[in-house]
Amino acid sequence: MNILFDERLDGELARRDKHEVLTDLQQAAPGMTLLHREEDLRPFECDGLAAYRVLPMLVALPESLDQVEALLRRCHALGVPVVTRGAGTGLSGGALPLEQGVLLVMSRFNKIISVDPNARLARVQPGVRNLAISEAAAPYGLYYAPDPSSQIACSIGGNVAENAGGVHCLKYGLTVHNVLRVDVLTIEGERMTLGAESLDAPGFDLLALMNGSEGMLGVVTEITVKLLPKPETAKVLMASFDDVEKAGRAVGDIIAAGIIPGGLEMMDRLAIQAAEDFVRAGYPLDAEAILLCELDGVEADVDDDCETVRRVLEQAGATQIQQARDELERAKFWAGRKNAFPAVGRMSPDYYCMDGTIPRRELPRVLKGIAALSEESGLRVANVFHAGDGNMHPLILFDANKEGELALAEEVGGRILELCVAAGGSITGEHGVGREKINQMCSQFQADEISVFHALKAAFDEKRLLNPGKNIPTLARCAEFGAMHVHNNELPHPELPRF
Amino acid sequence: MTDLAIHSVDGDIADTLCDQVRTAYEARTPLRIVGGDTRAFYGRAVEGQELCLAEHSGIVAYDPVELVVTVRAGTRLDALQSALAEHHQMLPFEPPVFGAQSTIGGAVATGLSGPRRPWAGAARDFVLGTRVITQEGKLLRFGGEVMKNVAGYDLSRLMTGAQGTLGVLADISFKVLPIPTASHCLRLAMSLEDALGKLAELGRQPLPITAAAWHAGELFIRLEGGESSVKATRERLGGEALDAEFWTSLRDHTLDFFTLAEGQALWRLSLPPHTPPLSLDIADADIFYDWAGSQRWVKTALDAKTLRDACQAAGGHATCYTPEAQGGAAEPFTPLNAVVEKYHRHLKTQLDAHGIFNPGRLYAAF
Repeated sequence: MNILFDERLDGELARRDKHEVLTDLQQAAPGMTLLHREEDLRPFECDGLAAYRVLPMLVALPESLDQVEALLRRCHALGVPVVTRGAGTGLSGGALPLEQGVLLVMSRFNKIISVDPNARLARVQPGVRNLAISEAAAPYGLYYAPDPSSQIACSIGGNVAENAGGVHCLKYGLTVHNVLRVDVLTIEGERMTLGAESLDAPGFDLLALMNGSEGMLGVVTEITVKLLPKPETAKVLMASFDDVEKAGRAVGDIIAAGIIPGGLEMMDRLAIQAAEDFVRAGYPLDAEAILLCELDGVEADVDDDCETVRRVLEQAGATQIQQARDELERAKFWAGRKNAFPAVGRMSPDYYCMDGTIPRRELPRVLKGIAALSEESGLRVANVFHAGDGNMHPLILFDANKEGELALAEEVGGRILELCVAAGGSITGEHGVGREKINQMCSQFQADEISVFHALKAAFDEKRLLNPGKNIPTLARCAEFGAMHVHNNELPHPELPRF
Repeated sequence: MTDLAIHSVDGDIADTLCDQVRTAYEARTPLRIVGGDTRAFYGRAVEGQELCLAEHSGIVAYDPVELVVTVRAGTRLDALQSALAEHHQMLPFEPPVFGAQSTIGGAVATGLSGPRRPWAGAARDFVLGTRVITQEGKLLRFGGEVMKNVAGYDLSRLMTGAQGTLGVLADISFKVLPIPTASHCLRLAMSLEDALGKLAELGRQPLPITAAAWHAGELFIRLEGGESSVKATRERLGGEALDAEFWTSLRDHTLDFFTLAEGQALWRLSLPPHTPPLSLDIADADIFYDWAGSQRWVKTALDAKTLRDACQAAGGHATCYTPEAQGGAAEPFTPLNAVVEKYHRHLKTQLDAHGIFNPGRLYAAF
């Protein structure tokens, strides 16, 4: 299934002469870097969803707010769509360019403006890397909590756009829980501040709305984040299971014991093998599943909790339980998990990463469904989960050079997301809808709900110029996508169980 | 007791509510959305036909292991909290309860959070999903019952604190958390300056603090967490023991402090953490510092502009809790700047074209 922008389904875009737009923007924003030659545009043709590539009409690399403002005003006047991009690490194609659009790259806004240890907050520009914030806060014993796996490369502006998560979400929240204020430029070039350094601001909670809006409501130009004191200690337990379902139940048992781990991750056999081959994390190769449970906080509490968790894991049937002896071993345990994606990448020419969420109790059923889909399609699926918060990352292994395999992988991926929705979950926990899951939005939401999303979009961007075609499908697209499902018999694997 | 018994009966009247909204939409009749009607003081007075949610009550789903509860908006706060407490869980944002009739719908609509807010998060941080009645009287679902869900715009958090001006909250799903196993509250004699300095210092350390307030020469702290850390921190901080009820009384405004003298209005000043005392002509006894100083309750006869200018200069804002009819400010909420207001109006027009949902509740213009 091709997910590139399709004007028939996604709405018409204005066609402007490239050189006229270039000249116009050069005059409006003097000194702004504007790339227009094919070889210069090429590096920007995709984000982390590399299977899809589009050359943008122009790439703008502004360095000042005035330049961004001028660019937006002109694009608004000309009717030229604007796709905003940060570090380009997003996995859902949220920054996939448009042929008729300008790609607004915010990477030069890379300054940490201030770190205030007493108020425990940092003011940063959107191009600052996620990890750089924690590094800047470290001398004060503070850090920025959300830690997506791409944290060494991804930028905070993109984190806000996607409402990024990470392995510590259950305890410390997503980006939306850790951002106090954003400065935004509207598509009309107006400056507005949402939220505040105080813990609330008058009016509607537009700050919450901006988080996860995928660059469709405004361009984020500055962010104030909350910093937390670094936990005194963090300890990791690794438990092995001879059965994936037992591991799934153990996750619920830990929560039921009144413990909220800092991180609670699960990997299945294929993911364990891949990680072990890649980083030698010390994972047991004979296990069907492992759980990594990190407990953090004050030393004395953490020791108590480790004992409780150990007991729970034993009762849940763990075949082996290991506690990392020191910081080095803890880092090693995590290295396997954090490198799970590239590790799987070494096992297969290509892989496709899904991001569905489910209520944890549904885990065994959904896993069975995934196994059935894997078997039927002949594609291997490695499972990596943020088990504590029910966020699954099935990785579908395929070879794009084999005729039809990409399409098959996408088909299986789509079916997995539908399993998640049917189980009461969501098609995306932290990667965003972007372009990738635009069709699955039609299975999670009804037409009336999608219409409300369009109304909301219209309140900020009536001409639909900010990142058109992402996040929210048109009703026309849903009608077409829905029609596809009516003719279910024509789809591959109609015999697969649906939940 | 009888009263409680009547309200403990679950009822799903979403269909009736949708019909009432549809009728109001067609006839362009303004609605005043009411649950327990205990928070009417918070905001501008609304003239409209009552849309009553009190009978839309009951817990729809609660799975303690999932840490998720879904409730109908008319469910009483005390009933919900008891149900959660049976499983040693709680709403972490500690919503104020302004009377037995107080409902969870009102708590979310007003978006108010209690003393735990700076450490645990605000009401909106724990809202996972909602079912909302739109202007056309349709019951739609946004967000969900899972911890992480970034599909579509975050309508549920937008509705939190919007006081029903963008739609009617019918059902709400929350993330809940375990009640901490150990707790200890203490009071220390300390000057304001020392207290603010101390709180900044403590705030940079991983300590089990879940509430901190200062008033009239005393610093009040609540410790909650594991047995070991609470004990260790209690020994480190010293002070005299304090009844845990103190925080409930502060949360619900039943402390003596909240009694107003003639001519005074109650204001809430929301300020960045570690803001020094504002230079306002207010007696020390009439200021109560909560949220480690980020939320300050003030009893004063000063005018709105004086208070708001001082707060805005410090990066905060001021809200009047005393209704205009009782001598409070005509505009309880800090006016928005022109650009932000423009997008508020656009949103209101999109989601409530005929202005039927609590018109004028937040601001006169929408």
